[in-house]
Amino acid sequence: MKEISSAIQLIPLENYIGLSVALFSIGMMGVLFRRNTIAILMCLELMFNSVNLLLTAFSAYHSDPSGQVFVFFIMIVAAAEVAVGLAIVVMMKRNVDSVDINLLNRLKW
Amino acid sequence: MVASIPYITLAWLVPAFPLLGFLITGLAKNRLKNNQAGILASTLVSLSFLISVLLFFTMKSSGQESATLTLFNWISAGDMKIPFAFMIDHLSIIMMLIVTGVGSLIHIYSIGYMHDDERVNTFFAQMNLFTFSMLLLVMGANYLILFIGWEGVGFCSYLLIGFWFKNPDYNYAARKAFVMNRIGDLGFILGIILLFFTFKSVSFTEVFSQAATLQTGAPMITLITLLLLVGAVGKSAQIPLYTWLPDAMAGPTPVSALIHAATMVTAGIYMIARSSILYNLAPITLNIIIVIGLATAILAAIVGLRQNDIKKVLAYSTVSQLGYMFLALGLGAYSAAVFHLTTHAFFKALLFLGAGSIIHAMGGEQDIRKMGGLKKKMPVTFLTFLTATLAISGIPPFSGFFSKDQILTDAFENNPVLYVLALGGALITCFYMFRLLYLVFYGNQRLSTSHPHESPRVMTIPLIILSVLSVFGGFLNIPSLFGGDSGFSEFLHKTIISKITAELDNTTEIGLIIASLILLGLVILLAYRTYVKKAVVPAKDGEKISVFGRIIANKFYLDEIYSAVFEKPFGFLSDFFYNQIETKILDPIIDEIGILTSRLGDLVRKLQQGIMSFYFFAMVAGILLFIIFILIV
Repeated sequence: MKEISSAIQLIPLENYIGLSVALFSIGMMGVLFRRNTIAILMCLELMFNSVNLLLTAFSAYHSDPSGQVFVFFIMIVAAAEVAVGLAIVVMMKRNVDSVDINLLNRLKW
Repeated sequence: MVASIPYITLAWLVPAFPLLGFLITGLAKNRLKNNQAGILASTLVSLSFLISVLLFFTMKSSGQESATLTLFNWISAGDMKIPFAFMIDHLSIIMMLIVTGVGSLIHIYSIGYMHDDERVNTFFAQMNLFTFSMLLLVMGANYLILFIGWEGVGFCSYLLIGFWFKNPDYNYAARKAFVMNRIGDLGFILGIILLFFTFKSVSFTEVFSQAATLQTGAPMITLITLLLLVGAVGKSAQIPLYTWLPDAMAGPTPVSALIHAATMVTAGIYMIARSSILYNLAPITLNIIIVIGLATAILAAIVGLRQNDIKKVLAYSTVSQLGYMFLALGLGAYSAAVFHLTTHAFFKALLFLGAGSIIHAMGGEQDIRKMGGLKKKMPVTFLTFLTATLAISGIPPFSGFFSKDQILTDAFENNPVLYVLALGGALITCFYMFRLLYLVFYGNQRLSTSHPHESPRVMTIPLIILSVLSVFGGFLNIPSLFGGDSGFSEFLHKTIISKITAELDNTTEIGLIIASLILLGLVILLAYRTYVKKAVVPAKDGEKISVFGRIIANKFYLDEIYSAVFEKPFGFLSDFFYNQIETKILDPIIDEIGILTSRLGDLVRKLQQGIMSFYFFAMVAGILLFIIFILIV
């Protein structure tokens, strides 16, 4: 554990932050501008993981394991979310033969 | 755990049996046939009675004065801790014996009286629920449990008065009883809240031990006792809240006997006797109780002189006797009040059950002007009714003599004027009771169409038992004057603290008794001459009678006055609020608010296009705005 923490600390914190911000922005752009539902789900995962990365980095720098524990929780939630999300995509494909997110506007009241 | 009475752990069974009976007869009311419900209900109440007797004797032999049985912690919030507990002491064991003893006799009687009613199962369910509530009331170890029982009996009284709900008049009577009781209950619950504020507890033992440190006549204690008194006045039918009791006779006769004579209406007396320590600290309240009690005793007795409905006569007599109990409470003679309560429970239950037997025989006729000559036809009812009449009139050695004499003597010690007034009331009581007796049982039968017959055994046996109690009940408490030991009062004095200590010397007391006996004899003679020798029958409803007679026959127009002063303005105000304020102002405003909301909703609905990308965009934009806002501010 000690070695991994010190290994993480070899790289300056700014780099982690920069990478996270970049990943998060890419994810957000993807969510905003893509129409393919699967792509959107992947971009969501990207955003999750950028946050996870940041949490891990901070946790190592602060020598406080709770940040890393929290990451595990996020992973579990993300796994559950993907399970539901993919199920929705499958149902979409079956029903309207497309995964275009904008077709979901048929669900509105 | 303090040393306790053997078998105290059985105490919870006493209220549990009637509750069980209520659940069974209530839930299975469509399945029980014939007399099953009645027999079940009577058996369960009798079982409660047996346990009460067991507790009574073990209590006496163990010499313990009180014991508490805590079932569970009921309310626990902050510094308010109220356990659900029963307290068995000398006062509550006597009340338990009365409630379950007289109650089981009346249950048995009802099997005969109600046998052809179509809702007989409901009737027994409600009677059992009543018994359960009454037992909670007398057994509760704190004011809150007492209050639950208090409300429970009020509710059952409402149900049972309106038992024959198809008659709108009976429904009105039930509502009237309920509303009148609510007025009292409001005072009562305010009193309990104030008690909690003052003593930080509602448990009897804690309140009373803390109250002992207070000064006599402290304003707080006076206020508390006055508020509790309001509750007692409502429940025990005293002026000014007594008008519901005569109307409560709309219920079936066993109900009148159990609820409106023997038990529920004595709840107020019980509560004040229970709080004797508080009342001893509030001389102002005690004086008010004297005035209320005496006024009620005399006024109700006067009204009773002119009533022609057999149950109404008994109802006014109940109000009047409750007035005597209040008088005794006000004098600080709590044990005398409870003793009169006990004997009254015997003879008044007997009178009502006898009246029920007569009504049953006459085929539902209640007007005493149409009865007469029933002595030969109904010998058992006649004899038992006679003993009850002698008891209520205070003829020695019947029970009423001892209890009433004790109250009168206490009144004399306090103030001879009180004695004279109370004696006057007793003489009037004697007159109207003998008037009733003579009109019903003597002379000729005035209603030729009916063929009266003696009631079945299931009804006469309770009558006989109660009549034995009415005759010998007084011997429980023979005063020292007659060589007795006042056993009943001594028994109670361990629980409630009476104020009166002075003793009259024997010659004065004997003189008073002889004087009152001579007067009573004269009154009976007068009633005999009027209603048997001259065979006077009270005027028919339409006939002209003197002004005084009319005022009395109309119960001093109190119902009309209440109606004019409270009911009519209230109705008018309600109408005004409904027709003007509610429909013309409030309703449109509320409607407008609703319409406005739905219009706004229509506007905002356009945002919900169902395009997912737009939602994402709005969300991200929102978060960004939020972050910018935080950074700037």
